[in-house]
Amino acid sequence: MTARLSLSFLKRALLAALLLGATTGAAAAVDDAAILAKKPPRLLSAFGFFADPALQVPAAGVLPFAPRTPLFTDFAEKRRFVYVPEGESAAYDPKEAFAFPVGSALIKTFAYEAADRPGGLKLVETRVLLRQEVGWEAWAYVWNEAQTEAELKIAGAKIPMEVPLPGGGLEAITYAVPNKAQCKGCHEVSGVVTPIGPKARNLNYDFPYAEGPENQLARWASAGILTGLPDAGGIPAVPDWLDETAPLDARARAWLDINCAHCHRAEGPASNSGLFLTWDEQDPVALGIGKRPVAAGRGAGHLKVDIEPGDPDASILVYRVESAEPGVMMPELGRSLSEPRAVALLREWVAKME
Amino acid sequence: MKRNLSAGALALTIGVFGAGFAQAAEIRLAPEDGTDKLIEAFIMVEEGDTILLGPGRWDLADGLVLDADGVTVRGAGAEETVLSFKGQTGSGEGLLVTSDDVVLEDFAVEDTKGDGIKSKGSDVITFRNLRVEWTGGPDEKNGAYGVYPVSSRNVLIEGVTVRGASDAGIYVGQSQDIVVRNSLAEFNVAGIEIENCYRADVYGNMARHNTGGILIFDLPNLPQQGGHDIRVFDNDSVDNDTPNFAPEGNIVGGVPMGTGIMVMANRNVHIFGNRLANNGTVHVIVAAYPNDYDDDNYMFVPRGVYIHGNTYGEGGTAPDNEMGELIAERTGTPVPDIVWDGVTRIPEWLTWVAAENRLYIDEAEDTTFANAKMISHMLLPWSVSPDRDISNYAGSLPEPAPVELPQDAEG
Repeated sequence: MTARLSLSFLKRALLAALLLGATTGAAAAVDDAAILAKKPPRLLSAFGFFADPALQVPAAGVLPFAPRTPLFTDFAEKRRFVYVPEGESAAYDPKEAFAFPVGSALIKTFAYEAADRPGGLKLVETRVLLRQEVGWEAWAYVWNEAQTEAELKIAGAKIPMEVPLPGGGLEAITYAVPNKAQCKGCHEVSGVVTPIGPKARNLNYDFPYAEGPENQLARWASAGILTGLPDAGGIPAVPDWLDETAPLDARARAWLDINCAHCHRAEGPASNSGLFLTWDEQDPVALGIGKRPVAAGRGAGHLKVDIEPGDPDASILVYRVESAEPGVMMPELGRSLSEPRAVALLREWVAKME
Repeated sequence: MKRNLSAGALALTIGVFGAGFAQAAEIRLAPEDGTDKLIEAFIMVEEGDTILLGPGRWDLADGLVLDADGVTVRGAGAEETVLSFKGQTGSGEGLLVTSDDVVLEDFAVEDTKGDGIKSKGSDVITFRNLRVEWTGGPDEKNGAYGVYPVSSRNVLIEGVTVRGASDAGIYVGQSQDIVVRNSLAEFNVAGIEIENCYRADVYGNMARHNTGGILIFDLPNLPQQGGHDIRVFDNDSVDNDTPNFAPEGNIVGGVPMGTGIMVMANRNVHIFGNRLANNGTVHVIVAAYPNDYDDDNYMFVPRGVYIHGNTYGEGGTAPDNEMGELIAERTGTPVPDIVWDGVTRIPEWLTWVAAENRLYIDEAEDTTFANAKMISHMLLPWSVSPDRDISNYAGSLPEPAPVELPQDAEG
């Protein structure tokens, strides 16, 4: 199954690469003023992030990227882009999200595979994080049926739809577009809105660019949008969580890092839980091993500890990732389905823990 | 001067939010305006504004978040303005506050899938005349906490009513400078729980028909621990007769039905002038954290507890669950009014406990007491009987100063 998925990813990447190549030199340009305006534009097109919105072809100066292991959001496909204003650059950080200059934008489109759509994707929403003078602002835009334009939804949206599952078949869900306040529910460090994905460990691998695969960090540096990248060695990297040749512990920790640790860290919204799931967390109790819940309520599911080594069925962490019930499931935002491959990975990880 | 905006003008407010109004606005909403307007108002509200919720009922599918400082959210009354989350499909709680200087008053939150009203990291937060309720009565599928400030400072909870929480009705966790007063907690697992908190005054409350009335807990492996300087006074903790319906795994799941006031770990806790009656297991229990833990910074035994001037009615006649049975096995039935598990650190068990760390009791003459001497009992079960001589615990501890909140300051 993994091989098939990788192949389909490669095919799409190839298609995107071809499209990218085809539009090099397009006249489309990003409107810096729209990024900095206090009032967000009503329509996504006002930013000028895309040369071809329906095909998700970025405008000049907008670079596609992807984290090695992504956040799970009801099996949505994602197209991520970074924009840093001309002459500016983000500052490298070995642990945290890079420090982006004012005027930067992070753009993330959520879509589902659909053979009948241009580019094989049905676009649902595009979320933007805009780096303004006062900090990051987060907004969500919902695509129209024709996929020509997306409109600002301050209060979020609930969209009934059928989504394709990785094993085949469709599942009916109510897709939740987050409202502005919910964005902060995940994108918060010490009370301040903060990007999650663009960290060294997530980007440190080869991305299939139009010109061929290249390490994303190297590409960002050569494109002039990242400074301070260490010359060699010492740059952390998470594995692809689906890569069965990678160590089990690293795969599980990579998955927990990107799916949980934005809240479950000492500076995050779930700091009071004392459960910290960041990539570099070393304290076994903070990781949940033998740790009793504090405010889990029925989320504890009659279980006594977050992780019982060797016993996934006795581990609250597994139970909550497996659940799709509001008030029980974790993460509590961003999904209405559970991801069986993630559950299987965490089960194996806990089962083999001594 | 305040801008007064009708519901119809809300769109205008939202339309011009970028224009930078210096003056505080009043945003008036009615259920007829729809839930999107309500959600947008919470998102777009600016510092100093007031959101006025008219009478009626909103049915919300998702939690609300308030992230602007200095905002007041005021309903038309805890019975009149209802935010119902019966159809909730997302978010952990009904209303989450993440900002400072916030007042929430005169409305109700019902049937949330997770917690009712939570504040995280708020400084100066007031919960006043609110009602948080799970309308189907006690059920382990109810949300954990009703009113739930956590990692907050200067917390005032007054005049609130919480019913049906599957953990604690009023729960204050990892916070500092707290007043909980004149509130009603009933049909919850724990009525009022103060956990891992510094400086709390709990007074004038009614905790009835819960599993346990008032709990003062301290737990390991948390960012803030070592709870201290807690005063629990002039409360009624009576008729706590609801079977424990907490999902297993939670610390309150072990609380026996019919517990009046329970102190677990913590330092400098003062229990006085409370009225306890009809608590089937025990009126007041002072105990160590009962579970294994791995945390060098955690003090698992209570340090310095002073119990005085309380009144005790019937109680201790129906000890519940394992803990109740364990107590009753040591003390007999009815269980005495006040029970201490007698657990100390081993060096102290071998020698003595410093004066400031001891338990002191000064109660009316007919008050009954037992030190269950659990350590001695486990080590030497054939030779140790409980110490029932209350006069061995005579003495007192200096009382912490009253908690002073900015909310109570003049002006």
